[in-house]
Amino acid sequence: MATTFELISSVTVGAGGASSIDFTSIPATYTDLCLVFSLRSSDGSDYCGLKFNNSSSSFSSRQIYGNGSGAGSTTRSNNDLTAVQTPSSYTSNTFSNNAIYIPNYAGSANKSYSRDSVFENNGTNAIQTLEAGIWSNTSAINQVTLVHPSATFVQYSTAYLYGVSNA
Amino acid sequence: MASTYEPIATTTLGSGQGLVTFASIPATYTDLRLVYTGTGSATIPFALQFNNDTGSNYSYTLLYGTGSSAASTRGTSQTEGYVGNVWTDQNTIIVDIMNYSNTTTYKTQISRANSAGNRVAAWVNLWRSTAAINKIDITATGGGSYQTGSTFTLYGIKAA
Repeated sequence: MATTFELISSVTVGAGGASSIDFTSIPATYTDLCLVFSLRSSDGSDYCGLKFNNSSSSFSSRQIYGNGSGAGSTTRSNNDLTAVQTPSSYTSNTFSNNAIYIPNYAGSANKSYSRDSVFENNGTNAIQTLEAGIWSNTSAINQVTLVHPSATFVQYSTAYLYGVSNA
Repeated sequence: MASTYEPIATTTLGSGQGLVTFASIPATYTDLRLVYTGTGSATIPFALQFNNDTGSNYSYTLLYGTGSSAASTRGTSQTEGYVGNVWTDQNTIIVDIMNYSNTTTYKTQISRANSAGNRVAAWVNLWRSTAAINKIDITATGGGSYQTGSTFTLYGIKAA
């Protein structure tokens, strides 16, 4: 039987940092994609952006979040706050954790996705976010990019792209 | 090495249906994961019934965000297990059914149910039965249907 949950590609950021993490030439042979990543920022940014097929257009989402002192819900009509990263001033050696699940990424419908994101740093600031997102584009996804808004992801940030097959 | 994560069955709808069934589920896994993506004819429930149990043996707690507010609600003694809603825009539901094949504990499910145009939600549902789950009916109660092209995939996950 073909492997159901298979690593497609991985990235570990090196000493120079990276302004983006890019997965290209994603084969259309799986059913779903699962992107699992852990980030820390070189500046005070606590969010980063997401692109599909190098596009920032046609993203929208609805989020529920908690930060340790309150909870709320927001909507967004773009992709610029789509995943969390631990800011540079927070407790050292701590990185965020994110998982994005994209079912039927190669199909002909709009691409809905589910995101879970957290960072905890034994301080007064923390984020936990659940997101319902959609890329209103019927193209198959062949590229997934995480984009830092202003600086870089630091060394030891990681990202793993898995393919999930239903047969 | 035994495979940890295996597809058991998948259904892609060729026409609208209000009921999708996974039957004869083997007891050889530890947990199950059900992945749905698709659209509904209207805003309809994504509700589970196990082993043909239509009794008042289900309960749920829900945490959700509408985009303007966050809230929580619950339901007890339900006749089906609510783990999400399906909306008319493309949406995704992922349900984890832990320890489904044991015969000593009640069965808990957790789900992430997402519609970017409507709601982001996390559900927990309890089926008060110690029976091993061998059948899952997914029902759109209230007369609605899951639309053409909607896909339902059941995976088995092994702990050893």
